[in-house]
Amino acid sequence: MNKHVSPKMNRRAFVIGSAAVGAGLAIGLDIPFGGPTVVRAADGSPEIGAWVVVRPDDTVVIRIARSEMGQGSLTGLAQLVAEELECDWSKVTTEYPTPGQSVARKRVWGDFSTGGSRGIRSSQDYVRKGGATARVMLIEAAANEWKVPASECTVARGVITHKASGRTTTYGKVAEAAAKLTPPADVKLKDPKDWTIVGKGLLRLDTADKTTGAMTYGIDVKLPGMLNAAIKDCPVFGGKLKSYDEAKVAGMKGVKKVVKVGDTAVAVVADTWWHAKTALEALPIVWDEGDNAKVSSESIAKWLAEGLDDGQPAYVGNKNGDAKAAIAGAAKKVEAVYSYPYQNHATMEPMNATALYTADKCEVWCGTQNGEAAFAAVLEASGLPAEKCDVHKVMPGGGFGRRGQTDYVRQAVMVAKQMPGTPVKLLWSREEDMAHGRYHPITQCKMTGAFDANNNLVALHYRLSGQSILFSLRPEALQNGMDPAAFQGVAQSGEAAIGYSVPNLLVEHAMRNPHVPPGFWRGVNVNHNAIYMECFMDELAHAAGQDPLEFRRKLMGNHPKHLAVLNAVAEKIGWNTPAPQGVYRGIAQVMGYGSYVAGAAEISVTEGSKIKVHRIVASTDPGYIVNPAQVERQIAGSFVYGLSALFYGGCTVKDGKIEQTNFDTYNSMRINEMPKVESVMVPSGGFWGGVGEPTIGVAAPAVLNAYFAATGKRIRSVPLRDQNITFA
Amino acid sequence: MANLTINGKTFTLDVEPDTPLLWAIRENAGLSGTKYGCGIAQCGACTVHLDGVAMRSCGITVSEAEGKKITTIEGLAVGGTLHKVQEAWIAKDVPQCGYCQSGMIMAVAALLSEKPKPTDADIDEAITNICRCGTFQQVREAIHTIASA
Ligand code: FES
Ligand code: FES
Repeated sequence: MNKHVSPKMNRRAFVIGSAAVGAGLAIGLDIPFGGPTVVRAADGSPEIGAWVVVRPDDTVVIRIARSEMGQGSLTGLAQLVAEELECDWSKVTTEYPTPGQSVARKRVWGDFSTGGSRGIRSSQDYVRKGGATARVMLIEAAANEWKVPASECTVARGVITHKASGRTTTYGKVAEAAAKLTPPADVKLKDPKDWTIVGKGLLRLDTADKTTGAMTYGIDVKLPGMLNAAIKDCPVFGGKLKSYDEAKVAGMKGVKKVVKVGDTAVAVVADTWWHAKTALEALPIVWDEGDNAKVSSESIAKWLAEGLDDGQPAYVGNKNGDAKAAIAGAAKKVEAVYSYPYQNHATMEPMNATALYTADKCEVWCGTQNGEAAFAAVLEASGLPAEKCDVHKVMPGGGFGRRGQTDYVRQAVMVAKQMPGTPVKLLWSREEDMAHGRYHPITQCKMTGAFDANNNLVALHYRLSGQSILFSLRPEALQNGMDPAAFQGVAQSGEAAIGYSVPNLLVEHAMRNPHVPPGFWRGVNVNHNAIYMECFMDELAHAAGQDPLEFRRKLMGNHPKHLAVLNAVAEKIGWNTPAPQGVYRGIAQVMGYGSYVAGAAEISVTEGSKIKVHRIVASTDPGYIVNPAQVERQIAGSFVYGLSALFYGGCTVKDGKIEQTNFDTYNSMRINEMPKVESVMVPSGGFWGGVGEPTIGVAAPAVLNAYFAATGKRIRSVPLRDQNITFA
Repeated sequence: MANLTINGKTFTLDVEPDTPLLWAIRENAGLSGTKYGCGIAQCGACTVHLDGVAMRSCGITVSEAEGKKITTIEGLAVGGTLHKVQEAWIAKDVPQCGYCQSGMIMAVAALLSEKPKPTDADIDEAITNICRCGTFQQVREAIHTIASA
């Protein structure tokens, strides 16, 4: 396989598909999935079931409903389909169906949302079946042609063979006939031990264009006659746009129009974005900031601290025994209060979307983690029905949870609606992106641990106070107004269960929702819960005079999978052997997104405040690993994201606004600060966990625990820059 | 109006002289491989070569770039042959989202033309681009692969 013509995202089909979207919709509307009538892709090649298109030249186009945003799921999902399809991997390419096509076909491609590390684990079953279904149909078509039983035919790399008669054919040759067959009612999936494509660290399918500048991100979308828009939303969340003086900028070069966007924002539309932005900077704007302008980081911190008080009502998320009574009667108590700040996703590519609105059609081109949510936003903002709208997904320059939201899509449509017939690309400046994030929620946590006379941990009270993401973004998922997701990583059971057994345990959450909008930020509630629990476990171990690893192990007897990943990192980093001179170690573990992860760091500290991270070891058990090379990258990337947030992150609030404006005030790690991450993969099988997010949970506590080992100082708040601690 | 020499071609562009080179390249010359990340010379996404030297194009005006040889990511491959950095990036599967990689690749190409066998310390000093996806490990490995080829 020539690497320069390696399979990649099929942009040609995308372009044709976009141009012919009306036709595509019409076909989809009339013809249900399967059955005797052939459904065709934009280039005329037949579908063999909804997930697979086979071209006459044997190219296999695999449909991907979830979004690729750098995490590698596109390649992983294609591997899952290709495994069951038994096709030639070097002839695989992929394409995104549009949400409009999906809706028109009764959601034949299932859920488009790509968050919660769910891209692969929540679709592996049906995409594999999609591949297997197509394989059965293709073989049957060949068997029919040869008039032999399908059971006598075999297939390998897209070549079908009937051994007895010595005949062979290829998928491309029988695709037309296969497309006319009725799909089998049921298909059997391969035993994982027989996988040959899944489980391999194959190269990604979408790399080449990312190295030449040819990849089209949302910011690069170009349409004939397109204009560009720059936008400012009220810097105080919840505030409104009062007035602006259009006359002041109307004559500026390239300016076409100044438009109000909803009640809260104003945009300048110009020939180029640079002209739009320059005029927007010059535009006098008056905001009605409202009461939220009185809110500051200090006032939020004070309010959250009140929620740590036992006397206030709280929602119990995990409980056994009677923690309060056990603490009251304990021989020894340890107590600590931790906090975690707002964080901006700061995707490398700022939010943007391009919209074209006419009286009977609205189309949007954008990077999104949730094509269907973006589609719903287009419907709502345009006021047009589903059959007149569509969303064309393009590569996002990072997602991390931010592009699961659709605020920027809605804005683009609202701007385009005021310029009917003219495509408009709305791009946020980095400053706008910093000011209007959907921030990692802010929380505090008070933990009290109690020991008996023999230094056994007998009770743990874990009291969270702070913001609920679900309250703001998915109120329908609350339970009696309470947020079960607040306990991610410390829950009693499920996909983010606690890894310790404590005889008396109370985990509870006092909800406090400041006006700053929260969002799903890579790792979500696992991030702060892992810091709180894992740093406090370290505190407890030291209070008990025990080794932090041994102390944990004693509490993990009933949690063998948590323990296995912890043991794996301990062994790899050499926990039981002395660290090099001047180097100190920290360790942490957590479960999130259905996977078990652990991390260990080796650091040195100079002048008490300059940290050099020498080594990171991370282990993960996600059940099954589809592409170890991509998992390795997600693990390493999680450390960069998590440690950037620990050292440099933190969004603060002043006069109701976010204070950080760009990467100078919200910095991100560079290559010189990042050691190699040694990953240890220990997939134990039998379940499917996510990999994009869980590891981020252990990044910060591993380093913070190492910092304590090095200095004897316990850090209980983030970011470290607030405490004048930085990279050496 | 400005005359810019980009990837060996002369562009006569209708831009004000104080326009950042980044936006002239992206919007006026229509070469969108060079990316916008911060606009304040912090992230490196907009890195191009000016007379062979890696520069952050958001921090340079069009008038400062006039008369210089500008190379963007689109001009790195010569005659259809990828630059060795691009080849290594593909072979080592470096990009995640890829958005920072135009700038990353340009920065690395400039480093390698100056120091064909950079040490880790050289890499640490020269490569200061932000990558939110966290591809640093693959970036470093790919550089060493090129250097040892
Ligand atoms: S866009 Fe130029 S350095 Fe960030
Ligand atoms: S690859 Fe996504 S920011 Fe670098």
